[in-house]
Amino acid sequence: MTNHVPHHVNHRFDALTINRLGLWLFLVSDASFFIALLSSRFFVVGTSTPEHVDQVLGLSLTILLLLSSLTAYRAEAAAEHGDLPNAKKMLLATIGMGIIFVFGVGYEWYEAFKHFPPSTGFGTVLFTLTGVHVTHVVTGVLTLGFVYFRIRKSKTIGDNQWAVEGAVKWWHFVDVAWVFIYPTLYLIK
Amino acid sequence: MAVFMPIVKGLIGAAIGFAIGGGISQLITSFTKEPATEPMIVLGYVFAVIGWLMGVGMWKVWGRQWFGKSTNNDPTGGWERYLRFNIDHKVIGIQYITSLVVVFLLAGVLAILIRVELMDAGQNIFTKNTYNTTMSLHGIMMIAVAVAAVMGGFSNFVLPLIIGAEDVAFPRVNALSFWIVPPVVVLLLLSPLFGGFDTGWTAYPPLATQTPIGGLLFELAFLTFGISSILGGMNFIATIVTQRAPGMTWGRLPIFAWSVLAASVISLTATQWVAYGLLMIIFERVFNMVFFSPPGGNALLYEHVFWFYSHPAVYIMILPAFGAELEIISHFARKPLFAYRWVVRAFALIVFLSFIVWAHHLFTSGMGENLHGPFMILTELISIPTGVIFLSALGTLWRSKLRLKVPLLFALGVVFNFSIGGLTGIFLADVATDIALQDTYFVVAHFHYTIMGGEIFAIFAAGYYWFPKITGRMYNETLGRIHFGLMFLFYNITFLAMFVPGTVGMNRRVAEYPPEFEFMNLVTSIAAFALGIAFLPWMYNMLNSWIRGPKAPDNPWDAKTLEWQTSSPPPLENFDEFPTVTGDPYGYGDESVIHAKFPNSTDAISAEGD
Repeated sequence: MTNHVPHHVNHRFDALTINRLGLWLFLVSDASFFIALLSSRFFVVGTSTPEHVDQVLGLSLTILLLLSSLTAYRAEAAAEHGDLPNAKKMLLATIGMGIIFVFGVGYEWYEAFKHFPPSTGFGTVLFTLTGVHVTHVVTGVLTLGFVYFRIRKSKTIGDNQWAVEGAVKWWHFVDVAWVFIYPTLYLIK
Repeated sequence: MAVFMPIVKGLIGAAIGFAIGGGISQLITSFTKEPATEPMIVLGYVFAVIGWLMGVGMWKVWGRQWFGKSTNNDPTGGWERYLRFNIDHKVIGIQYITSLVVVFLLAGVLAILIRVELMDAGQNIFTKNTYNTTMSLHGIMMIAVAVAAVMGGFSNFVLPLIIGAEDVAFPRVNALSFWIVPPVVVLLLLSPLFGGFDTGWTAYPPLATQTPIGGLLFELAFLTFGISSILGGMNFIATIVTQRAPGMTWGRLPIFAWSVLAASVISLTATQWVAYGLLMIIFERVFNMVFFSPPGGNALLYEHVFWFYSHPAVYIMILPAFGAELEIISHFARKPLFAYRWVVRAFALIVFLSFIVWAHHLFTSGMGENLHGPFMILTELISIPTGVIFLSALGTLWRSKLRLKVPLLFALGVVFNFSIGGLTGIFLADVATDIALQDTYFVVAHFHYTIMGGEIFAIFAAGYYWFPKITGRMYNETLGRIHFGLMFLFYNITFLAMFVPGTVGMNRRVAEYPPEFEFMNLVTSIAAFALGIAFLPWMYNMLNSWIRGPKAPDNPWDAKTLEWQTSSPPPLENFDEFPTVTGDPYGYGDESVIHAKFPNSTDAISAEGD
């Protein structure tokens, strides 16, 4: 049985445009979730940040995630120009940095349990914000992983153009979310 | 039995998922000494939903693609096509409508039980705890019907047709947003077996963090329902933006599509907030976090976050209802929709205002008093765009030759009931009166006047109006009129009578009340039982007409909009030939206005007769 393919009649928008619109709408929706998250930080603990927050770790995680956004961008650009080997390399680099980030957050949690466990105000905020964010990171890593395995054996990008683009856009979103979470959690005094 | 295979597979998938998730949770918590039931339920449930989705067909239709395998999304078939993960928007619309009718009837039975309890001042059939669980369940189930019946049910069926599209923009996401609804219903029905929840549908902490397991099930159900709502909103916006027929400019978009667009914007962005509110409760229960407990936490946080969704949510309910109401009034008055452009502006203004009025629910919650004035004024501003919508309905009705069919009767019922609902709302928006009326039956009556009198009546209007298109059969007009007459009469007696004890201070959410309120409560209860009986002719009419009713013509109402220009029920691809839109959808009385042309047919759609 063939696939039921919609949009074969009205060609005013191609599938790529529709997919982009859908993803952007989803990002708007998810951004609204992060706004709620960020606002709860100020409600629960105001602008106070305990001394034991590991500033070096926070900054390192931020730099790592921003670098991974760069490699993700390079992967997308390479895929667009049909340079598959480079796209795969850059995807792998992004995935690698994503996994390191997840372990970094794990270490942060291990430290946080000593100074501000979830049953304290700051602990509540820290575990919720980083927890929700690291869940997003895991979905991003999984998505990039799926995309990598789909293009691993192929010679041309073919139908997977959108797969690369969508996964990379999602990764950028996850990074941008962190760019807001980082100052909210670490830098405010 | 083969037709139930996807459901059976889904249940097996859910069981496997629950075992995996629960197992992982038990493994993790075995390192701590904390009680581990609630983490196990949460993680088990998440995996169970995934297993359920894959089992009912998401794996076959969608999941295989992630691994580079071929998929099979054939939406055709006998009636088994309604019992699996199906991507046809018409199937999904019918799935939503029929499931929500079941939920509606169950919640209706709960309402009857509540009224039995409240017939006299003492305690009758319930203990205080079972009473609270009953009224909470009635609340959340009716909220689910109110949010999803128009947006999930009728929008799904009608929206692609009315804009001349073949399907929604993302058919698979559409199927996904339906199939995460059954777990919601299952959890809600299970919750009384696990101790129930006595928080009401609003789930305020700190009580919500202390309820038995039943409360946790309710919170998970609500959260899941939010995901469905978000995905639906995203899909409808993308559909309206990208899938309109050629020539369907924004100025020619039927008002129902506009209203769905407006409601979708709200459900896309605001629903995330209630998801976060419930997530905070679950985190506080499972991880002992302190969002709502001193020293840092504060229960007001939940109320802000919750109402930041739940106030806009009433516009998710009522805006598509207004859209359907105006649509029906224009077609049955045989007149162009009065002030079409102003209605669209009113929708936009309501969407904007809906985000900045939430704190009028917190006037008596201990919120800073400097916020009372602004939120009172902003709330009252909403009556301006709502008034525009009313003026449009009245202007369309003005000096028209009405065709008094059942859909129009219900649409007129919306105009009448929502006027009362809107006017009583002013007293609740006003801080001075709200402080006295807060948490009384006045609020209950007001809410039922807006949502039941407004939206549920509009759902019935839409149900009768689109019944011939959805089923291909005509309903029985006489039975429909009997249903309307009984429902309108007893609905109004039930809820008008509720204002009286509310005004003098009868608290809501109580099983016992002071004996001086007994008489009006008895009136309300008897009228409520009669209101329950009013649905019997409707149920008989719908079932009997769907099976044995006379075949419906393609366009029984002589309406100009596109859903009536295809066969009843529509073919799989919606239209045999796709239309080009050339004019206003409401150009009645002007022969020169032609809404749409079909490539190979000579008869373009123009106004008929009158």
